[in-house]
Formats: sequence, C-alpha cells, structure tokens
Amino acid sequence: MIEKAFRDMSRNYLLWLLSLLVLIGIGFGFYLVQLNQGLTITGMSRDVTWGIYIGQFTFFVGVAASAVMVVLPYYLHNVKEFGRITVLGEFLAIGAVIMCMLFILADMGMPMRVLNMFVHATPTSPMFWDAVVLSGYLLLNIIIGWNVLESEYRGIPTPKWVKPFIYISIPWAVSIHTVTAFLYSGLPGRDFWLTALVAPKFLAGAFATGPALLILLCFILRKFSNFDAGRAAIQKLALIVAYALSITIFMVAVEFFTAFYSQVPGHMYGLQFLFMGLYGHAGFAPVMWMFTILAAAALYLLINRKTRENDTTLFIACMFVFIAMLLEKGVGFTLAGLVVNPFGRVAAYAPTMPEMFITIGIWAVGAFIISLFYKLVVTVKETSGI
Amino acid sequence: MGISRRKFIQIGGACALGIGVIPLANVVAGNNPKFIPSSKALAADKWAMVIDMSKCPEGCDICIKACHYTHNVPEIGNAKEEVKWIWTEPFASAFPYQKHDYMDEKTKKQPFLVLCNHCENPSCVRVCPTKATFKRPDGIVMMDYHRCIGCRYCMAACPYGARSFNFKDPRAYITELNPSYPTRSKGVVEKCNFCDERLALGSLPACVEACPNEALVFGDIADPNSKVRKLLAANYNIQRKLKLGTKPKVYYIV
Amino acid sequence: MYNSRNIIIGILVFVALLTYPFLTGLGRTQVSPEISLDTPAIQQLAVKECIEDTDFMRSNHMALLSDWKVTVVRDGNRVYVAEDGQEYIMSLQNTCMECHSNKAQFCDACHEFSGVQTPNCWTCHVEPREGI
Repeated sequence: MIEKAFRDMSRNYLLWLLSLLVLIGIGFGFYLVQLNQGLTITGMSRDVTWGIYIGQFTFFVGVAASAVMVVLPYYLHNVKEFGRITVLGEFLAIGAVIMCMLFILADMGMPMRVLNMFVHATPTSPMFWDAVVLSGYLLLNIIIGWNVLESEYRGIPTPKWVKPFIYISIPWAVSIHTVTAFLYSGLPGRDFWLTALVAPKFLAGAFATGPALLILLCFILRKFSNFDAGRAAIQKLALIVAYALSITIFMVAVEFFTAFYSQVPGHMYGLQFLFMGLYGHAGFAPVMWMFTILAAAALYLLINRKTRENDTTLFIACMFVFIAMLLEKGVGFTLAGLVVNPFGRVAAYAPTMPEMFITIGIWAVGAFIISLFYKLVVTVKETSGI
Repeated sequence: MGISRRKFIQIGGACALGIGVIPLANVVAGNNPKFIPSSKALAADKWAMVIDMSKCPEGCDICIKACHYTHNVPEIGNAKEEVKWIWTEPFASAFPYQKHDYMDEKTKKQPFLVLCNHCENPSCVRVCPTKATFKRPDGIVMMDYHRCIGCRYCMAACPYGARSFNFKDPRAYITELNPSYPTRSKGVVEKCNFCDERLALGSLPACVEACPNEALVFGDIADPNSKVRKLLAANYNIQRKLKLGTKPKVYYIV
Repeated sequence: MYNSRNIIIGILVFVALLTYPFLTGLGRTQVSPEISLDTPAIQQLAVKECIEDTDFMRSNHMALLSDWKVTVVRDGNRVYVAEDGQEYIMSLQNTCMECHSNKAQFCDACHEFSGVQTPNCWTCHVEPREGI
C-alpha cells in the first residue's frame, strides 16, 4: 500500500517535499554543529535550562494527544461524520510524536546515551514515563492507522483485533499529555509550574490546537486534492475547538486570581514575567499579548455561529488558535517557570539562530511525514471511494 | 507472492523490534567481594555541613579556590554558562523569602557560601531518568558522569541552583589542572559531591580543610556527639528554603 | 521472477558493500606497531607485573575498568583486591596511569592498530603528561 504515497506526484507536491528536505538538511547541519560544540550554540543558560526545544516538545505532545478528539467521538459515540477523518487524526499523531522525540533528542547534552533511559529505567522520574507512553502511543497509532487504512484500501471491514487497540489509544492519548504535565508540575521551587492545573490546562489546550490544525489540514487537502472531509465533520471539529478554547482561556485566567489575590510573590513572578515584564525584563510580554489577542479573536470567531459556519472566518480562527497556543504552550509556559532563578534573579532567554534552524528542521520532518501519509490517505480514499 | 512478501516484511519488522527491546544484561558485578572500601575511609550515617557565618569574612575565597582547584571546576567567564560547586550569594539571594524592606544593608548583602545541600529528600534524584544522580546510604547526593544524558531535568528540579551544565568542553577553561581528579566533558551536569573521593581515602572535604577559621564544619549529623550536632545545639542556625520539604543538610549559624 | 532486474542489482550492491572491507584488505599485510611499554615507574618495580597477570589484563582490562568505574562511583568502594591478595586503589587516572604513564604507547597504539575506537575515557580523565 505504501507505494500509493509515491504515485502520481504533482510538480507542486514534489517541490513542497523538496523544500522540506532542504529545511531538514539545514536543520541537520546545525544539529551537527551543536553535537560538536555543545549546547553553547543555543540561548539556554545555567538558569533557563530548558528553552524552545522542550517548549515545542510540550506543544507537539498536545497535537499528538488531540487525535483522540476524532477517535473518541467516532468509535465511542458513533459520530459518523468523523469516519473520513479519524485516520487523518491518527497519522497526524504519528508525525507529532516523531517530532516530540526529535525535540527531546535535540535537547540532550549526551544524545548518544539516550537508551540509558531504558537500560537504567527509573520509575520515579516522569521523564522515564514520558518516554514509555510516547513510544507506546507511536506504536498504537501506527498499528491502528495502518490497519484501518489498509482494510479501507482492500474494501474489507477493519479486522476485529484492531478494536481493542483503538479503545486503549483513547486513555493513552490522555496519558501522554498528563505525563508531560507531570514533568513540570511536581518540582519544588518552581512556583509557576507547581499547580495541579497544568495537566487539565494542557489537555484543554491540546483539544483546541489539534482539531484546529486538523481543520486547517482539511481545508488544504480540499484545495490541493479531491479529498473533502465534508462540511459536517469540519463543523463538528469547529465546535470542539470552540469549547476547548474557551476552557483553555478560562484555565489560563484562573491562574491570575490565585497568584494576584494571594499576593504570594513566587506565584506572581511567572505571570508578571509573561504578561507585564519583571525587573526590567519585558521582552516576552509582547509575545503573550499577541497570544491574548489571537485567542480572544479566535474565541469571538468561533462562538459566533455566523463566523464559525463561514469557511473563511473559520480558517482564520483556526490559524489564530494554532499560533496562540504555539506561543503560550510552545514557548511561554516553559520559560515562565525558569526565568526567575532560585536566587530570585531574572534570567533572559532568546533562542539563537542555530537553535531556530534546528527547530524548523524538526518541524520540516513532521511536515514531511504528514505530507507523505496524507498523500497516501488521499490516494487510497480516491481509489476506494469511501 | 504479494501476500507472502508482505508477511515476510511484517515478521522481519517484528523480529527487529524484538531485538531492540531485549533488556541489556547488566554484566557489572555489583557486590563482588573483590571491591571493598578503603580501611582509611571516613564513614557516617548522614554527612552534613555547618557553616558558621561569624567566622566567614567577606572577600575570603580560600575554600572556593580549594574546591574548584581540587575538582577541576572550569572558569567559563560567562554568567550564562558558569560552572560552580561552591560560591557566595548575598543573604537576600540565598534566602529570598527572608529579606524585608527595612533589613540592614550589611546583612542583606552579606555573602553566604552556597553549595549543594545534599538533601535528605532530594528532588533532583527523584526526577533523574537514569539514576545518574543518586543518594548514597550516607546521604551524599552523587553524580555519575558516566551515565548522565544531559537532559537537565535535575537543574529544573533543584530549588537551590546548585547544579551546573557543561554547555561546552570545559577543558579549555581550567587554568590550573589537578592531575589527580578528572574533569567533565561537555553535555553533562555537575555539582558538589561533598568530596566523596577524599572521604573515601580518609580526608575531610577540601573546602573544610582549606578554611583557616574553621568556619566550615563537616560531620555525622546522625551522631549526637558529633561536632556538627553540638554546634547546632548551641547556636541559632538557619537553612535554605525549608518549606519545600527537601531537608537540606547544610546549616548556617547566624 | 517479479522485478528480477532490480532485485539482482540490489543483491550485487549488497554483496559488494558487505565484502568491501575484506576485498580491499586482501593480500595486504599489516605491520603490528612497535610499542615500548617501559616507563620509569615500571623500571623501578622489583616484579614487573600488573595488578593481575598479563594475559588476564590483555583480555579483560575493559571489563575491569568498567566494573571499577561503577563500583567506585556508585558503591563507594575504592579498593580492589587482586587475585594474589594485594590491594590497589581503583583509579584509572591515579593507579593505572601511574605506571603506564605513556598513554600514546600503552593505550592508543593498539587501539588504533586493531581499529577499536578508544572509549571516551580521556574526555574527562586526565592523561599523564608524557615524559614525567
């Protein structure tokens, strides 16, 4: 079946793949420099020990987990509209998990020792569990996505043995983002992260981001191929995005109450740094105001039925959701926990040029994988006619 | 033919996966009687350090120099990538929740020696995914540089800022090399080890030995007759960030 | 055979790659390096033997060093009791290299000759300065 991904490639599609390969090449080149020089080529420091790599990792765990937002309604509640797109969700998850693994690898000081995580497995460490659940989730989605698509290709019902894997994948998706939240929320002395709200906030944010990305991808597929997800499916997804986004905004907002009403300095620092600037370090505030504006605009466009049901405004709203969450979860959240160092001083962080190119390279790997998979899906759907 | 080829590839893939997950046998003989502690080794149930701030004059850096020479700690010369095992912080930074607006300038700015607290309940050990940092039975929180993968999770978990990461090869930044102790390589996290290498052969930590005023006292805090216990019983003392429950084992007499 | 041309070419390329190292080495002789293991510290020894006998050290030094590194760092053991009951401090840098102060001869020569990449001991452990 895999050969279908390489049949009848249009010139534009080939050019797209080629440009992704160029970006991957550049990113890999910079990674070799990092391997040779050490993490000194990044903007990270003794205080801000995690930067954009771990931030992006966190964000894409969310994208991966969000596949559950199409799988769960389709398989548990028989929402037929999602029949055509569940497999898109599963393949998106595969691409996102691979990106997560690459971001972790890029962040390591000693990447050649990565298997120590399994050789010297340490169950007290959330990072060990993260490695376990992410690899498991990757495997689950490969098994499910592949078998569902293959049976569609051959015009037979999905084999029975795949069903249990599908049901397992639902709580498993929740687990990957929960464990990622626990990576942060159990550290003494990091007041911004030390809240039980991290896991639910992560999940709500993921359930807004992932479906928003899926809507964008469906629009792109409709424009460049014969694949149409169907209006009903897209509208259902849009509703999910609307609810998840409002819950996310609510959860970001309640943090303000706890911090500023209690007036405990440690709890205020993170938010002050993010939105107002702290001790003269205000460089990051514009980014978070951008998040605020984009999220508010998206919420307006999604709650309003007219704009939600209009393809153009829905497209814009989904763009806004994706970018807003990328800023909040993919950069802001990780930084805010670290910028105030254990001595009460603010440490600045900005990603360097090589760091950005490595990040873009990993993005390109994800886009490349998803392009191949989606081409495969589109071709299979065209021939099977489902 | 088509089907059987597909089956072949599937089985092949499954086999390759199987090889990947076979647990690597640990060939190391952990309890081999051939390996024993030195007869000269200093032993304790719980090592701890007491720092008498009245005997620690401002501007003195003898202990810092002794430690950093002994352990080949590099001088990176750049605050972002700095590596340090023991250094000073003004009172207001070492004890951020104990400063107030009307505190006298002298106390506020008084430099306090800070180092790894060798916590009884260390959060760095809890989060390390490879047990590269671990707590020994005598309470020393050790680093195994052979095993560290450089994920820096321990640095996020340490509330005392005691850990440093080697962002680049530190060799070039060591002015005077101590030929009897290793350096570190780029990509690993390092910190104070309470001089386990000296205790094992019968000497006190380098900083303790170097201090001309006996401001640093090292001993077994589980032993009620030890010097550290007597000092703590007789003098008012404080610790850093007690509310976090990490149970640090460095005490400051103020 | 289905697609036979591609399969046969593939097999040929595979066989060529697999046998390449052997084919290029065919008929060539490698001269083993001339090494001198003697150092001033060794000359002063009454019995010129390592902590275990030479055969054991030749075949097991890597396992021995690996065991040492684990037991020293993780178990706090510092003393190695040799087969003959003699005790030694387990330290690559301070015990091994005290006698074998000629790393270029003692380590590198054979490792290079046999194509076994030297493990990265020396990125951290300090090698003795030659000639001291």
